[in-house]
Amino acid sequence: MVSFSAVAKRYPGGKTALESVSFALEAGELAFLIGRSGAGKSTLLKLIPAIERPTSGAVIVNGQNVGALKRAAIPYLRRNIGLVFQDQKLLYDRSVFDNAVLPLTLSGQPLQEAARRARAALDKVGLLAREKSNPIELSGGEQQRLAIARAVVNRPALLIADEPTANLDAESAAKVLDIFIAFNQVGVTVLIATHDLALVGRYGKRVLHLAEGRLS
Amino acid sequence: MRAWLRQHAAALRTAMQRLWRPSGLASALVIGIAVSLPAGGYALLESLRTLAGRATLEPQISLFLRPDAKRAEADALGRALRADPRVSKVRFVPREEALKQLSAVEGMGEVIASLGRNPLPDAFVVTASEKTLEPLAADLARLPGVAHVQADSAWAHRLGALERLGRLGLWLLAALLGAGLVAVTFNTIRLQILTQRDEIEVSKLIGATDAFIRRPFYYLGLLQGAAGGVFALAIVAGLLAALNIEVRSLADSYGSSFRLAFLSATGAGVVLALAGGLGWLGAHLSVSRHLREIEPR
Repeated sequence: MVSFSAVAKRYPGGKTALESVSFALEAGELAFLIGRSGAGKSTLLKLIPAIERPTSGAVIVNGQNVGALKRAAIPYLRRNIGLVFQDQKLLYDRSVFDNAVLPLTLSGQPLQEAARRARAALDKVGLLAREKSNPIELSGGEQQRLAIARAVVNRPALLIADEPTANLDAESAAKVLDIFIAFNQVGVTVLIATHDLALVGRYGKRVLHLAEGRLS
Repeated sequence: MRAWLRQHAAALRTAMQRLWRPSGLASALVIGIAVSLPAGGYALLESLRTLAGRATLEPQISLFLRPDAKRAEADALGRALRADPRVSKVRFVPREEALKQLSAVEGMGEVIASLGRNPLPDAFVVTASEKTLEPLAADLARLPGVAHVQADSAWAHRLGALERLGRLGLWLLAALLGAGLVAVTFNTIRLQILTQRDEIEVSKLIGATDAFIRRPFYYLGLLQGAAGGVFALAIVAGLLAALNIEVRSLADSYGSSFRLAFLSATGAGVVLALAGGLGWLGAHLSVSRHLREIEPR
């Protein structure tokens, strides 16, 4: 599903974020990417939906070489990848429902079908009752769950999350991770970056350890 | 195809919502005022041109025959005129027709009716094939049966030059204000892009194409320009109506029914299309310049 071979990423100015990173994530797999802040976790995740491009090496997602992808092809790559960010990136000028339905409206889905699927996604993360609220009224955990609903509403085969539990209390964090586990159980490939080792240990899943830009 | 149409409809709806805000309407009004100047100037110029009217700008000479000249003499004269290489066109105006034309002119009907007989002579209207009329006019005056020759070139040329000057002035004004319209739209769209920075960034992250993101801005530029055009037409109509109150009393005193006329349907359509088109152009420039700056990090 995702494979990195000898991927390096250097930022202009000389800072090296990743150094010869190689790994493969099989379809249907769930893996945690752990490491201290500054270890390059975010950079690694950003290479997958082509938010960043590798300096060298190949990033293959679903058989496509992402690094060589034309600008115009990137939106279609991203529609198959659910992205969850530490800072959620929700839109606070519209309702919970409108946030969740956004990926469907921008790919031109019929309104009724889009609404049905958005409600289904909200239901899965336990936010259906809050669909008319503004995201600002939600708790931190609820906002993160809304971000997950938005990420999965397109039914992507791949779900990527960058520190989804960073700002949450233990109970909310466990709830959020349970949702990722549930999606993985129905076949979605999941990659979660986190620095919360205690949480990771509980699930007994594959762990990729990143330190100073290298996998160990 | 249906998804494409749905997206256009959604973009249009979004653009209309953004236009229908005080800031959007204010921008449209600014555009309207700018567009109303050349549009109003054009309407005035066209009205004045109709007033100056049947005056033709071709080099013409009017040849008036002696009042007692017979029709046979006139025919002979006509043949002589047509034979002259310096003459390109000859039109015979019999005295009866001249009288009919004169009666049709505002205010003259009563005067002529009071005369009881036709005071007008037969005449020829000669169009010269060259610009300098004076030597030809002098020769024609010596022909038998000719009482009076009038070469009315000078004032026609002046009127023509004046009209061309007015037209040129209007075009320059229109070009200047058109550039202003593009600049106003450029700026409105830039502000709109800035206020929607988050939305644009998130949309790009979840797979929005560039076209999807640009579309509402293009529609906004187009609609705002067109709304400005509508404002401009309303302003011109209002100004002409106000001016016509005075024009009416002035024209009535000359026994004329002259009024300043609004733009023709084509003219109004051109104003709307140009305003919309320039708005679209302003949006295009702004979007091309500013949207690429917003990339998710």
